[in-house]
Amino acid sequence: MTDLLGLAYWAETSIKLGVALIVIPTAALMLGYLFLLKMMAFMQSRLGPQDVGPYGTLQLIADAVKFLQKEDIHPAAADRRVFRAAPVVVLASSFLLFVVLPTGPDAVVENLDTGIFYAMAVSSLSVLGVLMAGWASANKYALLGGLRAAGQLIAYELPLILAVMGVVIQADSLNLQQIVRAQAEGEIFGFGLIGNPFILTQFVGFLIFMIAAQAELTQTPFDMPVAETELVGGFHVEYTGFRFLLFFMAEVATAFAFSALATVMFLGGWWIPGFDFDAPVLNVLGPVVMLVKILLVAFIIFWIRFTYPRLREDQLQKFAWKVLIPLSLANIVVTGIFKVVL
Amino acid sequence: MVAQNIAFGIIAGITVLAAIGMVSTRNIVHAALFLVMVLGGLAANYVLLTAEFIATTQVLVYIGAVMVLFLFGIMLTRAPIGRIPQMTGATWPVAALSALALGGITVYALIDRFGTDSLATDNTVFRTADVSDSVFSQYIIPFEAVSVLLLAALIGAVVLARRD
Repeated sequence: MTDLLGLAYWAETSIKLGVALIVIPTAALMLGYLFLLKMMAFMQSRLGPQDVGPYGTLQLIADAVKFLQKEDIHPAAADRRVFRAAPVVVLASSFLLFVVLPTGPDAVVENLDTGIFYAMAVSSLSVLGVLMAGWASANKYALLGGLRAAGQLIAYELPLILAVMGVVIQADSLNLQQIVRAQAEGEIFGFGLIGNPFILTQFVGFLIFMIAAQAELTQTPFDMPVAETELVGGFHVEYTGFRFLLFFMAEVATAFAFSALATVMFLGGWWIPGFDFDAPVLNVLGPVVMLVKILLVAFIIFWIRFTYPRLREDQLQKFAWKVLIPLSLANIVVTGIFKVVL
Repeated sequence: MVAQNIAFGIIAGITVLAAIGMVSTRNIVHAALFLVMVLGGLAANYVLLTAEFIATTQVLVYIGAVMVLFLFGIMLTRAPIGRIPQMTGATWPVAALSALALGGITVYALIDRFGTDSLATDNTVFRTADVSDSVFSQYIIPFEAVSVLLLAALIGAVVLARRD
């Protein structure tokens, strides 16, 4: 990017920062409106928001303004410093995810060599914020929710990382751009027009990744940590106003980032069949293609969220340790064998 | 290298302050959270040393897994908010002595082995492939030793946790 535009390091960084600060809330708003409000409403035979803006498009902005006006309340017994820091930690974790997401040959905030490994590392930071929120609220429901969230995220982080390993072995790289390139230059039995999206060869990995991502996002059927019928909302019971808004934004932004990771690793990322991999025009077209694919993946995530009942805590843990982890290990072994043989 | 030196100074300062906070606080959860800051500061310093892979591993393993398990364990048992009267810090001389001994050994070993090496100044980042190449060739024996140690710990944990 520096070579392309010939900017100084600080200028480039501030431009990237500005773009990220616009893109992330927009992404969160878009997912929130399209899926959380409208799609959920239609699936439940409702109309959803109607009044604010055309088709209720500005509803979430109105909600955000409402949240900002609210009084900033702490529970009297709360640990104030930790209570205040918790939503920031959660939000920082989801912002850091966006650093490595590639949307074009040069359109990426920072093309880190460790790519997907970095993404897995920063996504695990959100658990810390959840635990902090649960503990500092001085509320037993919040603490229970925090503990359930931690137990669940520990259990599902393993299959998530192991599912990614298959893709890494096949692409020979942790770098997300290299993973896109491996898919773009791949061939399906000598037929190379559409490349080789890894969803074809890594379908098991894709399934495990999607299930584990659903659990990482604490969405139904894995929403024990925020189960409103028993925990009145889990770790964020005591949060109101803009602190709650931070949690909400982090949740939707993380859903967006995980959809983007799935797109990059399994659906061919930003590459368009027929184009040269490094064609500069892909810096403009790439993000559009990415967005369509991300919305597709996010649709699946929210679809499952609105249609499935909740798993019990023991079923949830058993499913992770006895089904997903062995399955993902087997996937790695099979991928490794194919890698050596072919 | 001026920018790196300034960044190092800031990060090291925060890390040391967090370390002092960790051993002097009177609340167990605060101590764990200060430890998170220390580990995060170390990860930032690894980035400054152009060791991106090590920094990422530090975040994933220590902050994302070990510290989460620490906090999980603490909160699952007993973690009151505010000062904990049992945490008096009365054993600090012993702790300081053992910390000094361990620190002395580590620093001596590092200086003895790498004392004359200097960091490349051309901002090259150590690529992940280079790290894995050296782990699986030059350092294969320590790597295997650590693997066996971890396996032993794993089996030990299973044996301890079994109910029969």
